[in-house]
Amino acid sequence: MLDAERYVTADGRTIGGTVLDLRNITLRFGGVEAIKDISFDIREGEIRAIIGPNGAGKSSMLNVISGFYVPQEGEVWFRGAPRPPMKPYQVARQGIARTFQNIALFEGMSVLDNVMTGRLGYMSSNLFTQSLWWTGAAKEEEENRAAAERVIDFLEIQAIRKTPVGRLPYGLKKRVELARALAAEPKLLLLDEPMAGMNVEEKEDMSRFILDVNDEFGTTIALIEHDMGVVMDLSDRVVVMDYGRKIGDGTPDEVRNNQDVIDAYLGVAHD
Amino acid sequence: MPDTLLYGMEVALNGLMAGVMYSLVALGFVLIFKASGIFNYAQGVMALFAAMTLVGIQNGQVPFAHLINATFGTNIHHFGWTVPALLAILLTVVVMIAFAWAVNRFVFRHLVNQEPIILFMATIGLAFFLEGVADLMWGADIKTLDVGIPQGINEWIDGTTFEVFGYGFFIDNLDITATVIAALLVAGLVAFSHYTKQGRALRAVADDHQAALSVGISLNFIWVLVWSIAGFVALVAGIMWGAKSGVQFSLSLIALKALPVLMLGGFTSIPGAIVGGLIIGVGEKLFEFCFGTGQCFGGVINLGGATENWFAYVLALIFLVFRPQGLFGEKIIERV
Ligand SMILES: Nc1ncnc2c1ncn2[C@@H]1O[C@H](COP(=O)(O)OP(=O)(O)OP(=O)(O)O)[C@@H](O)[C@H]1O
Ligand SMILES: [Mg+2]
Repeated sequence: MLDAERYVTADGRTIGGTVLDLRNITLRFGGVEAIKDISFDIREGEIRAIIGPNGAGKSSMLNVISGFYVPQEGEVWFRGAPRPPMKPYQVARQGIARTFQNIALFEGMSVLDNVMTGRLGYMSSNLFTQSLWWTGAAKEEEENRAAAERVIDFLEIQAIRKTPVGRLPYGLKKRVELARALAAEPKLLLLDEPMAGMNVEEKEDMSRFILDVNDEFGTTIALIEHDMGVVMDLSDRVVVMDYGRKIGDGTPDEVRNNQDVIDAYLGVAHD
Repeated sequence: MPDTLLYGMEVALNGLMAGVMYSLVALGFVLIFKASGIFNYAQGVMALFAAMTLVGIQNGQVPFAHLINATFGTNIHHFGWTVPALLAILLTVVVMIAFAWAVNRFVFRHLVNQEPIILFMATIGLAFFLEGVADLMWGADIKTLDVGIPQGINEWIDGTTFEVFGYGFFIDNLDITATVIAALLVAGLVAFSHYTKQGRALRAVADDHQAALSVGISLNFIWVLVWSIAGFVALVAGIMWGAKSGVQFSLSLIALKALPVLMLGGFTSIPGAIVGGLIIGVGEKLFEFCFGTGQCFGGVINLGGATENWFAYVLALIFLVFRPQGLFGEKIIERV
């Protein structure tokens, strides 16, 4: 059944069936409805953008997917089954990694140690076996370190691997955060404004990395971004939000020509 | 060598040993504070509770005997067996882990995202509660704790120093054992936090909760873990202190000495807790020797003794003025 939905994009990537399906999600903070009855899906191997003006509810949506917020209504379907309410750490263990709009790194640790935390899920969980089978633990450590180093090489941050993250400039922090998320080898990667506050060159680098990740590892990516040029270049499909509502959903071209979307971005008065 | 210098050296060494005690209690504070931002006022009482539980289990005491007897009109106090020291220690560790779990399940899980001051108040309540439970469980009498740690003057040190300096140092075997065990404990903790999965997770949680969640770390699990470790450290401190001066309420007051240690070492630094404890241990003994009882510099300053009661706090105050982040704490730079 999934195969029937498969298709190949113009640039030769294969997009599969639905990985994540959001059904009628409503999220409220007290009286504020941050998300109003929104449904959309994310398909395997695609880059799905979520756009919209400030305060539209984009980050809230990502927080619902990653379990940081619990919606009052609606269901999250992951890999073909409805997901029971989950804590963020449980969602992460299911293979959904994320970055944050305001960067959440372990500032006191080195870049390498930060990336290594992304590997925690691959380390044996039992303290006692770990201390008893010291050689086994050493081998496991080595493998995970090698995986972390591969991600570090991939994102071209070898030069700063030993630097404490707290000392890095903003643009590099964003990249380290992406590295940590990638180290987990996620099935679904959620990026909240990965290029915010970057200069043109940094944005180009980041765009390239996102495309490469998607291309080389086939990672499904959902990303929030304000820069329209970037969104149109990167994404296969776009969801547009405004005031907590979904006002558009489709390919970049479809969305660009959608009158509601144009109105929202031109600031046409809401009635 | 002049006598004063030799006495001074002996005093300093003994101070170092006393400092190990302070370091251990401070270490318990730092662990919990780093991981959860909770300043655990109950750390000292945890040491008391752990020591009482150990003695109770060792002696085959029936827990809550008074309560049971008062309720059912029975008259039981002992199971009639004794438990070997090592097994009793293991069982006490299990009790401390259960305590760690209960504290998180019934107290702190309900106080997530509360102000630090509220968490602190909760630990004050916890301290009183635990003290009451300890009394109810094991009785309020002073107990002797004996897990087979050697005690008394170390003959070898005494003999060797006598040969070399013509003056034998009096160093207690108990203090030496305490120092060795504390060193092993610290080495173990460092190895744990750097080379195990749980240790890594613990450092991650101590650094950033949100980021820790996003890489799949359960905060609840880490909090139970860190309270368990703090409980274990409290047990070690309780054993040492209890073996030295008996298990009694005053044991919980060593927590008060931990406060200046933390001001010195920084609230978030494990090396700081250790070095801070040693500095205060040595400092207060030497200060007492030199200026408290006027045995240095021809006795020009003689404060008449009992300086050990306040020396640590004055030192901490001086630090608060000139280096508020402590020796090892991160420099506090306010972002504006
Ligand atoms: N934790 C929260 N508590 C209360 N209100 C919240 C919370 N998180 C978000 N909101 C509200 O929900 C609405 C949507 O916020 P959200 O952060 O999702 O917007 P956004 O689309 O990501 O905006 P931006 O582009 O500025 O990042 C806003 O009105 C915001 O104030
Ligand atoms: Mg946002």
